Amino acid sequence: MPTYFEKKQLVTPGELLAEGDYLAGNNTYAEDNKIYAQRIGLADLDNKKVNVVALRSFYFPKVGDVVIGTVLEVGFSGWTVDIKAPYTALLRASDVLSRPFKPQNDELSQVLNGGDLIVAKIASYDRAHDPQLTVGEPGLGKITRGQIIKVTPSKIPRVIGRKGSMISMIKQETGCQIILGLNGVILVTGKNPEDEELAMSAIQKIEEESHTSGLTDRITHFLKEEKTKREENKNE
Amino acid sequence: MSSLLTRVRLKQIEQLIEKAKRLDGRGLGDYREIKIEQGLIEKAEGSARVLLGKTEVLVGVKVETGTPFPDTPNDGVLTVNAELVPLASPTFEPGPPDENSIELARVVDRGIRESKAIDTEKLCIEPGKKVFVVFVDIYVLNHDGNLIDASALAAVSALLNTKMPNYEVKDGEVIIKQGYTPLPMKSHPITVTLGKINDKLIVDPWLEEEQVMDSRLSMAFNDEGNICAIQKGGGGYFTQQQILEGMKLAQEKAAELRKKMDW
Amino acid sequence: MNEKPEKLINKKGLRLDGRKPDELRPVKIEVGILSNADGSAYIEHGKNKILAAAFGPREMHPKHLSLPDRMVLRCRYHMAPFSVEERKSPAPSRREIELSKVIRESLEPSVFVEYYPRTGVDIFIEVLQADGGTRCASITAASLALADAGIPMRDLVVACAAGKVDDTVVLDLFDTEDKVGSADVPLALMPNLNAVTLLQMDGILKPEEFEKAVNLAIEGCQKIYALQKEALKTKYMLIEQEEEVEE
Repeated sequence: MPTYFEKKQLVTPGELLAEGDYLAGNNTYAEDNKIYAQRIGLADLDNKKVNVVALRSFYFPKVGDVVIGTVLEVGFSGWTVDIKAPYTALLRASDVLSRPFKPQNDELSQVLNGGDLIVAKIASYDRAHDPQLTVGEPGLGKITRGQIIKVTPSKIPRVIGRKGSMISMIKQETGCQIILGLNGVILVTGKNPEDEELAMSAIQKIEEESHTSGLTDRITHFLKEEKTKREENKNE
Repeated sequence: MSSLLTRVRLKQIEQLIEKAKRLDGRGLGDYREIKIEQGLIEKAEGSARVLLGKTEVLVGVKVETGTPFPDTPNDGVLTVNAELVPLASPTFEPGPPDENSIELARVVDRGIRESKAIDTEKLCIEPGKKVFVVFVDIYVLNHDGNLIDASALAAVSALLNTKMPNYEVKDGEVIIKQGYTPLPMKSHPITVTLGKINDKLIVDPWLEEEQVMDSRLSMAFNDEGNICAIQKGGGGYFTQQQILEGMKLAQEKAAELRKKMDW
Repeated sequence: MNEKPEKLINKKGLRLDGRKPDELRPVKIEVGILSNADGSAYIEHGKNKILAAAFGPREMHPKHLSLPDRMVLRCRYHMAPFSVEERKSPAPSRREIELSKVIRESLEPSVFVEYYPRTGVDIFIEVLQADGGTRCASITAASLALADAGIPMRDLVVACAAGKVDDTVVLDLFDTEDKVGSADVPLALMPNLNAVTLLQMDGILKPEEFEKAVNLAIEGCQKIYALQKEALKTKYMLIEQEEEVEE
């Protein structure tokens, strides 16, 4: 019962990964007792499951996910939101307003307008309908401060790090608040734009080097160096 | 897309194919009944109507004079066009030719052109200046599957029915005289289309089979049984094995059809 | 207008461009070169220079073109006016429309369309310079663009043509051979599944010659597939190599 790859080997769609008593995990598919890769990524074996961590992918809505989106349009009874997914999402007015929605009285654009950023949760989604959002929980709602950076959604776990080690370190080193949208959109809010940019460049570096090892140490090193450089520039 | 087949019907067709049978009682390698009528449009220089089962295609040929292409100054010109007229199917909409009618025209054209069916050298009136231009217009009147084979058959039948006006060249002018000569033909290509349903190859798919099949393969053969055009169509795929198997089957069928034609 | 060459294969058995009958033209591939597309690839195959981009999966406009249970592929194959010897009008020709269709049909079987109902993916192919075999090179690039866009696929699709010049079955015809030769057989393949997704032919071939051409084209496809994989891996390995050098 052979596998045809080494741990963390870069594989491409259609490459034969294993034959025999194996299960098709993430980004793989099974046909005729064989497991093939579906996307470009790093292959791994977890017990009997063959997984591929995709290096190129896009976000697919899942109920319960926290996402960050941009309001596209104000409609009659709600807003359409771009969550960087194959489907646009809907946020109903009734979800945002704490009372029943009256079209003649309530001016939706006053509440949320095109271009506004929101943190929301996916309340419902199925194959026949676009995802519905909710902002009715603490921590969700309109974003008023901070900057946005977009990464490939499959890299979000890397940004979090093992047991949250990476993200805690960045927050500590930069003093920023960071909200991770599972759709790959990240909100960074700091005391000043320089701190925010520092955090964002760290995140960008993680995305570019996500498939390498010793990343947490390297990013820590990078942040400390950048902060030192900033200090030196200030003193000159 | 079209009038969707019910799942029950789909399954029915698939199950029968497994048993090497088809809904209309045909074997996997059988053509439907073919009826050909020539010369029914008197105003065209040539015409033919083919009934392949219930699929009906009318081809009209018009012959006019024109200028040759610069890289073939001594050859006449062939141009093939196809129209999927709206009355032929609820899925055909009025408008300029879409990708399906363009593909149909080009596939039929390829079979005729590559087999050198028309002796284009004999269509030359004045080298480099004036030649006969043969317009083959395919008119699909009823779509019940396998438009390619029906159209190809109708096109060749229409060309065989085509008469060119007699002429003489006086002082650089082309003057039409009395009488006609048949269009000079060198070859009579025959096209065979196969469909693939669950790894089985079927000949001459009809409309409902076309909705079930995952791929089609059309091959044109000249009088010697050599291949002069191939077009795989539809999504889906064929294995290397199926292609070679299909070629042998198509060659066989083309020879069978050829015997039936009194060309 | 160039003179038509008399012989396409010389006494030494070499073709007009110096190649042996079973030799491929040089191929160079780069992935992810367009920043606005979701996925992209650039290919140089002989003198062909072709750009392919994929946008999607995304909602379709107009909406009524979408399907309730699957993703729809749309493909536009287009040649730049300056890509050929005699300027080509920018308006889509019948040939481009047919090629757009067959290229789309060659890529469809490789994509898991059932995963994304009610969406579409648009594939745009621009031929910047043409020298025979553009539909094949286009398919090779477009498949990489789809993979680069992160769309789950059964396999990559790779394409190559074989044909006949003088009396020899040859691999990978360039423009002159295509125009003056006696047959051209473009073929596209999902290399790991041995599935042929594009097959066309024009010219005249005996059945044995056709069989030889198909086999030769498939061999050519496998060679180009190795280059496709390399192009994808190069893009992601590059960063790792940089890291090693620093340390």
